[in-house]
Amino acid sequence: MSFWAYLAANRAEVLQHTWEHVWMVALSSGCAVAIGVPAGILLTRRPAWRAWVLGFANVVQTIPSLALFGFLIPLPFIGGIGARTAIVALVLYGLLPIIRNTFSGITSVDPAVREAARGMGMTDAQILWIVELRLAAPVILAGVRIAVVLGVGIGTIAAAIGGGGLGEFIFRGVAMVNHAVILAGAVPAALLALLADGALHLLERRLDWRRGGAP
Amino acid sequence: MAGALIQFQDAVYGVGGRTLLGPLSLEVAQGETLVLLGPSGAGKTTALRLVNALLLPSEGEVQVAGRSTRQWDPVRLRRGIGYVIQEIGLFPHLTVERNVGLVPRLEGWPARRIRERVRELLDLVGLPPADFARRMPHELSGGQRQRVGVARALAADPPILLCDEPFGAVDPVARQELQLEFGALTARLGKTVVFVTHDVREAMTLARRVALLEQGRLVFVGTVEAFAATPDPRVARLRELR
Repeated sequence: MSFWAYLAANRAEVLQHTWEHVWMVALSSGCAVAIGVPAGILLTRRPAWRAWVLGFANVVQTIPSLALFGFLIPLPFIGGIGARTAIVALVLYGLLPIIRNTFSGITSVDPAVREAARGMGMTDAQILWIVELRLAAPVILAGVRIAVVLGVGIGTIAAAIGGGGLGEFIFRGVAMVNHAVILAGAVPAALLALLADGALHLLERRLDWRRGGAP
Repeated sequence: MAGALIQFQDAVYGVGGRTLLGPLSLEVAQGETLVLLGPSGAGKTTALRLVNALLLPSEGEVQVAGRSTRQWDPVRLRRGIGYVIQEIGLFPHLTVERNVGLVPRLEGWPARRIRERVRELLDLVGLPPADFARRMPHELSGGQRQRVGVARALAADPPILLCDEPFGAVDPVARQELQLEFGALTARLGKTVVFVTHDVREAMTLARRVALLEQGRLVFVGTVEAFAATPDPRVARLRELR
């Protein structure tokens, strides 16, 4: 059976797994942002922690994804078989680019701008929100983009631990030695990655003050 | 001194056992322009940063409006002090209008009053608002940026203005023009100005009084006339360099 014929015959299932995939990546990316951005900000205030935190995130990144999924299964609360474990793993993978880019985005703000902000009587919170995060936004978003695209790819492995998503087709296709079935998972996953990449890239450009974009 | 708005009282600033400034005793009267003159590393910028509590003295104290900078809430203190630095530090993501209107906005002024104030200030520093209000900082020349920096420092009408070599990076022609306009402007507005420079000519153009710092020590302080006439060899040497 050709790829197209398989796709047409299994429309509903493809849509369902695509939806699972989107949901998995969106949720994990959201969590990674919620943890990674504050962590990156904290690092700019406590530079001594930098080596430890970035080191941890780096080490996580080097664990092969299938192994990380395996390690998480026996853990209480976050582990087990299913989507939850997959999401935890994706959060861990997403942290490094987000923390690193938040940190470097904020630390690369021109010291003269920070000095002027302090000198004109801005509070620390105002400096963070009005100046630092705003100027670092394109860099932070670039980190989020990397995390999301990475998540779409690694998310296909979630199927190995019962997490669902487009990996279902890929694993099934590999077992059946059937290219059409593999492609039914791989092609939508690739399209998702491209779509997410493009959309976030657009947002990134809009937030780029060097282009005189947003207010 | 009666009417001293800023007083350094045996103020010392040091880090790691190294004294960068002081002990310094110096007063700046209400409405006067005092120039802190000296070579780089003399402690001029340190002295300036002690006034708006970006630094706190390690010994002695600095009083602003009769209250030690240690007792001031630093945010409140700084909102009442305009601060212009050489690199200007305009916010690159905000228009000229938003840069100038930032302190009033933080102070919660109504939008309309901010807009009027910004227009007034841009006129004051010689940048027609119709042309300049909507521009981004990267669309300005160095001299224009410096004017915006001055306008921003004046925005909430602070009684004190601190300037750290504000015209140092501007080309000589624009620089002289800026100095003259700046002097006239601050005199007209009755601002108390502390102006840091290493340029003797600039000091003599702007100052009512000159304080000469060398290696963290005050070696001369007096009116600009006294500065021009004193036989003090350290001052005479500088005058010749001019």
